[in-house]
Amino acid sequence: MALNKPTCLWGILMKPAYGVWGLILLLIIAHQDIWFWEDTTLVFGFLPIALAYHAGISLAAAFTWYLATQFCWPTDQEPSVQRKETP
Amino acid sequence: MPQLLIICGYLVLLLILGLGASRLFRGTSQDYMLASHSIGPFLLLMSIFGTTMTAFALVGSTGESFKEGVGVYGMLASSSGIIHSLCFFLLGVKVWKLGKKHGYRTQVQFFRDRLESRWIGALLFPVLVGLVIPYLLIGVMASGTVINKVTAGTIRDGQVVGGTFQEGTFPQFLEQGKNPKSDAPASFTYGSQGGVPKPLASLAICGIVLIYVFLGGMRGTTWANTFQTLVFMVLGLVTFVVIAWRLGGQESFWASLQMASNSIPIEKLTRTHIPPEKFFTYMLVPLSVGMFPHLFQHWLTARSAESFKLPVFAHPLFIAIVWVPCVLIGAWATSDLISIPPPVAANPNAVLPFLVKQLAGPVLSGLLTAGILAAIMSSLDSQFLCLGTMFTEDVVRPLYGKRNLSDRQQILIARLFIIAIVALTYALSLFEPRRVFTLGVWCFSGFSSLFPLIFAALYWPRLTKQGACACILAAAGSWLWLFRASDFAAQPNFTVNIPVPTAIDLDGYWQLMPVAAMVVCSTVTMILVSLVTKPPSQTTVDRFFPKT
Repeated sequence: MALNKPTCLWGILMKPAYGVWGLILLLIIAHQDIWFWEDTTLVFGFLPIALAYHAGISLAAAFTWYLATQFCWPTDQEPSVQRKETP
Repeated sequence: MPQLLIICGYLVLLLILGLGASRLFRGTSQDYMLASHSIGPFLLLMSIFGTTMTAFALVGSTGESFKEGVGVYGMLASSSGIIHSLCFFLLGVKVWKLGKKHGYRTQVQFFRDRLESRWIGALLFPVLVGLVIPYLLIGVMASGTVINKVTAGTIRDGQVVGGTFQEGTFPQFLEQGKNPKSDAPASFTYGSQGGVPKPLASLAICGIVLIYVFLGGMRGTTWANTFQTLVFMVLGLVTFVVIAWRLGGQESFWASLQMASNSIPIEKLTRTHIPPEKFFTYMLVPLSVGMFPHLFQHWLTARSAESFKLPVFAHPLFIAIVWVPCVLIGAWATSDLISIPPPVAANPNAVLPFLVKQLAGPVLSGLLTAGILAAIMSSLDSQFLCLGTMFTEDVVRPLYGKRNLSDRQQILIARLFIIAIVALTYALSLFEPRRVFTLGVWCFSGFSSLFPLIFAALYWPRLTKQGACACILAAAGSWLWLFRASDFAAQPNFTVNIPVPTAIDLDGYWQLMPVAAMVVCSTVTMILVSLVTKPPSQTTVDRFFPKT
């Protein structure tokens, strides 16, 4: 995706493509959850917090990658060739 | 016996599916290896996910959670949700585009052109095949264990009770097994325990997968993958509900869930035994998908670049659907709600099939086992097919030339090579078993150490063939050296320890996953050697990095 050179942090974050890459970086940082290392809380009474938190990371990753397919998808792909259709 | 009949029924169903796909086979090697680039988003998602989630995801994650606790999910599942999709996005789409434009079928063909080196395959091919073998081994080992445990009897007062077969039904070498933690002689109790012997079960699974791969090629494999992915996801959730309910033993499902989780020992709920730096470096392991040869081939089957969108964002969700229940089940197995017999506790790969056998009725446990086998076979098939494709395209065709080989001959050679590799893997599976999870991490680490190569080939025009060769040698060398240092995966908690001041870490050293050392080694070598050698020609740079 062709992007204009951003001029400030706010400008970077306001561009959807940069924002999405920023979210992915944030996910990678959030993945290192040392704050829950020794926590034995059971979320909803059955889900260990270490597991619940990382299941949340998976959901957030799915959402972030959905945004990536909407805002960062490469536009220089050649058009698809018509072939036998499959679902 | 009902379990065995259901498993056999499922395997026959798969053969019928392979036969159905073979009727659509167009008879060309292009169709056999890449399904004529006709796969749409849904089939691409299911085949990529099914291929990526192997015995490692079901049997391995449950066993590892049983040993190490719920931190296993963060170590590999959530990180894979981020990194796998990153690889599909950054590498998959670009590879598909180049593959379609230049007619590539394998990684070596791409690297040969990109690096202007006819002989790069001589170095890369054995390394890739060498790394795929442990991956195959995971599936072959786990399939034998699963079928054996589900059809085996239970041990009461040191005696096997209620097995499918009586002692003496099979030859002694198939029925007797040794306790890995003692020097006691081999016995029936540590062997087949009245179930289908592991070597026989593994052999049957290899045979079934070979047949439907041979019948249907890539199209059959994709169909079978999709079907099996649906089967193991649905049956995986059913397994979770059944085990939770029976284990918790309460009237409502919710109360049973809470009872089961409240019984998990505290050390399995926390990650106090996992150093944070080890957890951090685990994140490099999922980079392996960038260099999986079978995934490369699946990427090339896509109908269009748009087909990648669904796999990119649905993959993390699918990982969560499969891994969260498995990790919870593994942690529940450590509670005092169920007694895990020593032969099962000694082999974490057996924890999931043991729970299925103990907590579900015979019919349900047969169905659930079919689900576990579906996950295993949906990876084995792609790997088998890919090995054949690589051998034909990267070894046979360069040696004989395209004109000398008909499509029929190419397919025959591919099949013969697949049989040879499967025979080798099967022979290796007969040795002392390793933990599926540990072996999987070693295999993935090897592929991860090659990730810099594919990334640089696609995004760094300055990469040279000498730099690429140095990268491959550094990756293979560091992998072999560290794998040997871990006693060939016999030490499940092996780390590379870097001394640091105690002010930084109280232990006095950082415990890093071996993959970190391998990736640094291969990356630094690749960059340094590329920078001091002659850059690629302008023609190649223009071909692979066109100005837009």
